[in-house]
Amino acid sequence: MNDLNTYLTIGAILFSLGLYGVITRRNGVAVLMGVELILNSANVNFIAFARFGGMNLSGHIFALFVIIMAAAEAAVALAIIINLYNKFGTLNVDDARILKQ
Amino acid sequence: MITYAPYFLLLPLAAFVIQIFFGKRLPRKGDWVSISAVGITLCLAIAMFVMMLFLYKPGMKEELTWEWFNLGQLSVKIGVLIDNVTVIMLLVVSLVSGLVHLYSVGYMKDDPRYSRYFGYLSLFTFSMNGIVLSNNLLSIYMFWELVGLSSYLLIGFWFEKDSAADASKKAFLVNRVGDIGMFIGIMLFFTATGSFLFSDIFDGVAAGALPLPVLTIAGLCLFAGAIGKSAQVPLHVWLPDAMEGPTPVSALIHAATMVAAGVYLTFRMFPLFTPVALTIIAYVGGITAIFAAVIAVTQNDIKRVLAYSTVSQLGYMIMAIGTGAYVAGFFHLTTHAAFKAALFLCSGSVIHAMHHAYHKLGDHDSDPQDMRNMGGMKDRMKITFMTMLIATVALSGVPFMSGFLSKDAILAGTLSYALHHPEHFLLPVFGFGAALLTAFYMFRLIFMTFYGKPAKQEVLDNIHESPATMTIPLIVLATLSIFIVYTLPYINPFSDHGWFTDLIVATNSVVPQYVNPSAHEIAEGIHHAHLPAMIISVIVAFTGIALAVIIYLKKKLSAEKLAKSLALPYKLSFNKFFVDEIYSRLLINPTIKLAKAIGFFDWEIYDKYFINGFGRVTDRLSRFIGINLDYDVLDQQIVDGVGKSTRFFGGTLKFIQTGKIQNYLVWVLGGIIIIFIIQAM
Repeated sequence: MNDLNTYLTIGAILFSLGLYGVITRRNGVAVLMGVELILNSANVNFIAFARFGGMNLSGHIFALFVIIMAAAEAAVALAIIINLYNKFGTLNVDDARILKQ
Repeated sequence: MITYAPYFLLLPLAAFVIQIFFGKRLPRKGDWVSISAVGITLCLAIAMFVMMLFLYKPGMKEELTWEWFNLGQLSVKIGVLIDNVTVIMLLVVSLVSGLVHLYSVGYMKDDPRYSRYFGYLSLFTFSMNGIVLSNNLLSIYMFWELVGLSSYLLIGFWFEKDSAADASKKAFLVNRVGDIGMFIGIMLFFTATGSFLFSDIFDGVAAGALPLPVLTIAGLCLFAGAIGKSAQVPLHVWLPDAMEGPTPVSALIHAATMVAAGVYLTFRMFPLFTPVALTIIAYVGGITAIFAAVIAVTQNDIKRVLAYSTVSQLGYMIMAIGTGAYVAGFFHLTTHAAFKAALFLCSGSVIHAMHHAYHKLGDHDSDPQDMRNMGGMKDRMKITFMTMLIATVALSGVPFMSGFLSKDAILAGTLSYALHHPEHFLLPVFGFGAALLTAFYMFRLIFMTFYGKPAKQEVLDNIHESPATMTIPLIVLATLSIFIVYTLPYINPFSDHGWFTDLIVATNSVVPQYVNPSAHEIAEGIHHAHLPAMIISVIVAFTGIALAVIIYLKKKLSAEKLAKSLALPYKLSFNKFFVDEIYSRLLINPTIKLAKAIGFFDWEIYDKYFINGFGRVTDRLSRFIGINLDYDVLDQQIVDGVGKSTRFFGGTLKFIQTGKIQNYLVWVLGGIIIIFIIQAM
């Protein structure tokens, strides 16, 4: 229970869930939440490597950076979602398809 | 003195440019531009001449040389040379040119191309001064061609007349024959010595840069240029025809200066000629002298008589150079320039008067230049008659005249040469024979023109003396035909000793192992031959004059009867020994036939089959390449294929672009999975 693979497995599951959420959710906020899951899965991996893989303090530092970056990303993404809503009157990302050919 | 040199070139050149571009718009059609340009050069020439007399140094020499351009190892230098010869030539050219300019104001008064005429005269003066001032063969050659050009332009000045246009072409082409030889000669010297400068070439030849046979050939090639320009046999045919130009031009170019350029060149290059070359030069000159004199006896056109006389006198000069008496040759060049220019200008005055008389009478068919139409004009044109008589006496070699001194010096030179080389006894025979004939035909001209009766009496009533602009040059030139001008400070009409012979001294040949006598020995020989030559020449001159008096003044002997009894020589002389006919039979007609044959080949075979064939093959090939290869294959298949395939793939692939961001993400995921699979393998 107390080894690297367990944490990596948890990270992988977390990543897959996040990815699934990003791909399948219609609601923009839910997509954003999927992205947060992906970022946190990376965090789990960093901490795991810091603990077992010899990455030591760097892993912690990276995780901290990812958290900060996630906060920034959330701020930008929420701004995008508000604009999306203003433009289309919905949060459904499927409706925002003006990039279609 | 060398600081004056640029003005001799720049002023006439500037006058030429102004006349050609603005002449017609200037007041008086711009004749004053040319006249003042030449007038200033005349003043400068007189100043230089006076300076030369004050210096009184035979070896006076100022030279300025600079590099014109260089090509790698090859450095081409040109420059200006002023010595006594140059100063005298400059004075002769500027003086005759200035007087001819003045004379032309009257003679060409109503000509429609008045300003262009003066422009051409200035161009000629520029070029002639250039020849005289050059210290190298390269720039001499360039100016040589320029005088050829101005001569061409002026002979053909009245190009509406076919005869004038033909004469100008003839002069140009005949000169070209000689000039090619000259160019070869120049290049032979240049390749051997690596320089065009006289001094370098002389040093090189003295050091043996050219083996003797080559030196002979190179010298003769150079002399070929002089044969053409100075109208020596066999290239003399252009000069009589050149009389189609305006008479003042004949006086300036075809009597006094340009034709003397050949003599000048031979004189300058004298030290280079080998004994063999000099002998050939002497014979060319001697034959020319007697040959042209014989022709002159029977001509009826006043200008043609003078033209053949010029050819004959040029032959004298060349002969003098060939026999080593080349100072005498140059002396004759100078004296001849004055009295022959006077003779031509006088004949111009006569023709002018005849022309006006015929014009007044409404007679447009009679030839105003034919001496048979003239006669009895001595009382109507006193100044012209007197000046022409003085010049004629000078040309005939009568004592107290300049012509006597120079001709006597030449005859003494030939006599001395023949005494040293008895096998060349023909040269003095040519010389004295030509002197006899000269006196005869010149007095024949005087008697036919000024004595007796004209063909139509009413013509005589309309003859008037020419205006002052025309008579002043005559008086000046006639004055210069008197012996004293050339012998000061000594006054001895029977010796040419004077400033001229003091200042112009002979130089020794630079030819290695020169076998001819040195300059000193030649001068010694001439001195000894002086007295017999003088006696013989006076006798022949008076014999010639006496014959002319008997036949043409007293009419004791009928000229017609004489012509009949001497039918063959008369016919030969009258028809100029058929030289033109022989040339046209032997050279010109075959050339034209050859040209036609080559032209036929060129057009019918070469052009039609070869050149057009090339065109056809190229056409076929380009059609094949253009249509079959380029359009059908490259354009239709490859270029269009790229476009078509791009469109096909674009059309197909556009459907994956749904606009749904999550679809794209799925594609990305799929891509990553594929990459992983590949990595894993």
